[in-house]
Amino acid sequence: MQETRPAVGFDPRVLRADFPIFQREVHGRRLVYLDNAATSQRPQAVIDAVRQFYECFNANIHRAVHTLSHEATVAYEEAHKKVARFVGARSWREIVFVRNATEAMNLVAYAWGLWNLREGDEVVLTIMEHHSNIVPWHFLRKLRGICLHFVDVDDQGRLRLDQYYELLERPRVRLVAFTMASNVLGTVNPVQEMVRAARERGIVTLVDAAQGAPHLPIDVQALGCDFLAVSGHKMLGPTGSGFLYAREEMLQTMEPFLYGGDMISRVTTEGAEWNELPWKYEAGTPHIAGGIGLGAAVDYLMNLGMDRVYAHERHLLAYALERLRPIPGIRLYGPEEGPRLGVISFTFEKAHPHDVAHILDEHGVAVRSGHHCAQPLMHRLGMDNTVRASFYIYNDEEDVDVLVEALYKVVRIFKIR
Amino acid sequence: MSLYESEAYEYLLDHYENPRNYGTLEDADISYEEGNPSCGDVIRIDVRTQEGRITDIRFSGKGCVISQASASILTELVKGKTLEEVKQMTKDDVLQALGIPISAMRLKCALLGLKVLKAGLYGIHRWPDEE
Repeated sequence: MQETRPAVGFDPRVLRADFPIFQREVHGRRLVYLDNAATSQRPQAVIDAVRQFYECFNANIHRAVHTLSHEATVAYEEAHKKVARFVGARSWREIVFVRNATEAMNLVAYAWGLWNLREGDEVVLTIMEHHSNIVPWHFLRKLRGICLHFVDVDDQGRLRLDQYYELLERPRVRLVAFTMASNVLGTVNPVQEMVRAARERGIVTLVDAAQGAPHLPIDVQALGCDFLAVSGHKMLGPTGSGFLYAREEMLQTMEPFLYGGDMISRVTTEGAEWNELPWKYEAGTPHIAGGIGLGAAVDYLMNLGMDRVYAHERHLLAYALERLRPIPGIRLYGPEEGPRLGVISFTFEKAHPHDVAHILDEHGVAVRSGHHCAQPLMHRLGMDNTVRASFYIYNDEEDVDVLVEALYKVVRIFKIR
Repeated sequence: MSLYESEAYEYLLDHYENPRNYGTLEDADISYEEGNPSCGDVIRIDVRTQEGRITDIRFSGKGCVISQASASILTELVKGKTLEEVKQMTKDDVLQALGIPISAMRLKCALLGLKVLKAGLYGIHRWPDEE
């Protein structure tokens, strides 16, 4: 693997001091948090931004003429602008705040899919999708009679691009929806190339960047996708924060998602006209504090530089794989070569992932065990459950060493040779 | 001290590695299987009864040490008991027999066996800690 040197001037131990949670202990040990693919921790700056909203200018947005409402509106819109810069959108009006990537993808299914997909139309997904990018399309299969195709992976967990390009030739494919990176294996997909091929054939493109956005630099104009779904809580933001990027033409022509207050410009007893972007898609009082907190998270990440974030994780991944490989009885999943996030799934033949995770917890190490909301991929690779360690900016080699030491304890307890 | 290095845990590991009453029963009076969707653990229990008493029992399945060992221990507990006695069993009977403290996160692992047994015998589908 390339890029195995640490990112210059990037010190996870210094960053840890920004995160209050690392002051606590778990079972008398230093917290080693390796469940970042599920959710990240939050820096003081994000917690402060949320608290400052409630303490200093808490009010509803877009409603009143009073000072607090004005300040809240400005801060909430400013957060949209920060996110727009973070992903390289042409305009902040292309950013719709939602609760999480799941809601962003449901928005696409309801506001675009419901109105544009007809019986016999086809949608191309991949076998490595999170359930959140599968189940909304099952819903439309049931309701509209659309047909779903799943692009397979090879035995290392990389997408079978040959199959993808073949599927694009089918005349009724209207949408491709795929993840930027696998939450189980870490595989990073060639998004730009995949989007270009789809758009050349007039196919709409949705990219699930729940795993990508926290770890990789993103430029939606370079990617060229129609939609990009992101969870805020996996990238230092508050829970309940997230966003959908959509090309402005799509947002202009699509129907709304949720209906109600703030998403209209005029309502009569006969009907309604829609508000300007992005408010057309943000019905009701939104998670204002969450949106402002997400803006602070984006500030924090952009200050670090996403290139350096990715380089740091590549370095840590290479170090971890090297330390994990010699452990007796361990089986590591994920691509040996090519772009990959700091995500490592593994199993032991004799020890169940839940027991492994429990033993790790006793050492202060937080990992995920289970099917990671990606059952089709797990089934395809012949796995029931795995243990998953996933890294972020505040993890370092010492964290990996604690993980490895605890895994040798697993080996001893289960008498693995 | 680590739970996983305690003697009590050795007892569970022994049940995990050498499960008692493991397998299936031909001509069982009742067979029932259920899983815990959040973790994928599955347990099947086959029971033979005679005059309101459990005369033979087998379990099979897959899962973590706690779910499989507790099912193994449960089969030993209920064999020979009357159906009325088994119906009265609670989560505490299982937890006591396990002999180690079970955290809230692992409670469903420990109780899956009893849940499956009660669902099969009496059609009770609630988790034993919610009865």
